Amino acid sequence: MNDGIHGDASDDIIDIRHLTKVFPSEHGPVEALHDVSITLPRGGFTSIIGPSGCGKSTLLRIIGGLDTEYDGTALMDGRPIDGPGRDKGFVFQDHRLLPWFSVRENIRFALPDSRKHDDDLIQENIDLVGLNGFEDALPKQLSGGMSQRVAIARALANRPKILLLDEPFGALDAITKIKLQDQLLRIWQSEGITMVIVTHDIDEAVYLGQTVVVMKPHPGEIKRVEHVDLGTPRSRVGERFNRAKDLIYREFFERDTNS
Amino acid sequence: MVEKVLTGITALRSATVGAASSSATVVKPNKTADESASAASAQSRAASPARRGGGIAAAAGKWALYLALPVIVVAVWAIVGARSSSYAMATPQQIVQATVEYAGNGELWLNIAVSIARVLEGFLVAFVAAAVLGVAAGVSRRFERFIDLVMQVLRPIPGIAWIPLAILWFGIGENSKVYIIFIGAFFPMFVNFVDGIKGIDKRYFELGRVYEIPKWRFIRQVVVPAALPQMLTGIRLGLSGAWICVVAAEMIGATSGVGFMLSDGRSMSRPDVVILAMLIIGIVGKLMDDVVEWQRRRIVNWL
Repeated sequence: MNDGIHGDASDDIIDIRHLTKVFPSEHGPVEALHDVSITLPRGGFTSIIGPSGCGKSTLLRIIGGLDTEYDGTALMDGRPIDGPGRDKGFVFQDHRLLPWFSVRENIRFALPDSRKHDDDLIQENIDLVGLNGFEDALPKQLSGGMSQRVAIARALANRPKILLLDEPFGALDAITKIKLQDQLLRIWQSEGITMVIVTHDIDEAVYLGQTVVVMKPHPGEIKRVEHVDLGTPRSRVGERFNRAKDLIYREFFERDTNS
Repeated sequence: MVEKVLTGITALRSATVGAASSSATVVKPNKTADESASAASAQSRAASPARRGGGIAAAAGKWALYLALPVIVVAVWAIVGARSSSYAMATPQQIVQATVEYAGNGELWLNIAVSIARVLEGFLVAFVAAAVLGVAAGVSRRFERFIDLVMQVLRPIPGIAWIPLAILWFGIGENSKVYIIFIGAFFPMFVNFVDGIKGIDKRYFELGRVYEIPKWRFIRQVVVPAALPQMLTGIRLGLSGAWICVVAAEMIGATSGVGFMLSDGRSMSRPDVVILAMLIIGIVGKLMDDVVEWQRRRIVNWL
């Protein structure tokens, strides 16, 4: 199954090789992703960072099975990813809650018919994101941060093998963002679910990811894969965090001026 | 009749909204700063006692503004009417007298009831037709294309223009009236049903794929509620279209209904009865609209 180049197969949940994605456009085909190869370790937290147009969201959508038209291979647990499903949780940038459903019903919506009536399971997931007391609230009554927490609870309700987050905190204020990042880390540690976050925020990428994948645009390519060790619990201040951040900053700014 | 419609609406509502959000939602704010902001906005609807006191004055002002124009119109009309007399025009006092007369002998209530019953009959037939064709055209692009040209050509033909043909086909009995009302109610509903379904946020379909939602559950829990606001707008327009058409239909070959009252007033040379009938048409039309709008807001409580 694995040729050895990409490391030990049993440790990797996602294995992407020579992935190229071309979008048609008015000015001819645009290469959104060019020959991307990457593996993601099971149980790890990976950040994908890059400027807009670098194909980071496209890559995430392919991992999530939302985009299945591409050249190359994308495998999850050794099998080709041929569509979305409950084993791959997806949190969109917009919370995408159904406005006519309460918090409880939005989470119920994600469950298969066999578990639809498991109110304890629903409550457990509401508690997980700290929204107990808001079960009956409609999305219009929630703040942006709370809505995104419901979206995370909904994505986790089926205990997917992997949770994919597409700039989930991009629209939130800085304070709320930091709280939600910490909450996400806590859930990652307690649930042991593989997580991948796409972001354009360097602090966020470094703080959350054990691995930071830096991408560049035109065409979308992986520029560098950086391993970050902030220890547990992570700290947003201090030598380790700043060093890791500097590394990523340099990726963006120094080499760009040369090219 | 009225009961049927209300149960119909209630059934529609419970089918679409499901167990969720049917009762008033209670938000218990007890969390961190993130929550307290939105909790405050949720609470802001319940005004403080001090603000409520000011609210009464503000509400009285709004009502005064709302009612000022009709009061002025009636006052001017009464003054001008008292100074001149004409067989072609009635004074407000004469209209009040006509109201007492028609309400007393029961004709007023009978005519209103008959017209409303006709409207509901035609409206319900139109609703079923618009629901079947509108949902089909909203879901299937091919079916929409298939019926589009016929609908586009038939739509500009007003209900009144159908009267001669309706009489030739159905005679001057009830069926021709129901047919004309059907025409008046069908198109606004059809158009809004199609648009309501076509306008559903495409991102919801992605959500359905991610959570592997079966087709019928998706239609029930996503498509119908997402299209519902505009479908209810269509129902509102359809009902007012039906009400306009019932009056037209009753002006020819009817022996009851508010449209009959109108033409009967003319043949008796009683402008007071004519104007009374016109006012009834306007008032009943507005009240029906209010009821639908009130129900719409109650059903679509998530916007």
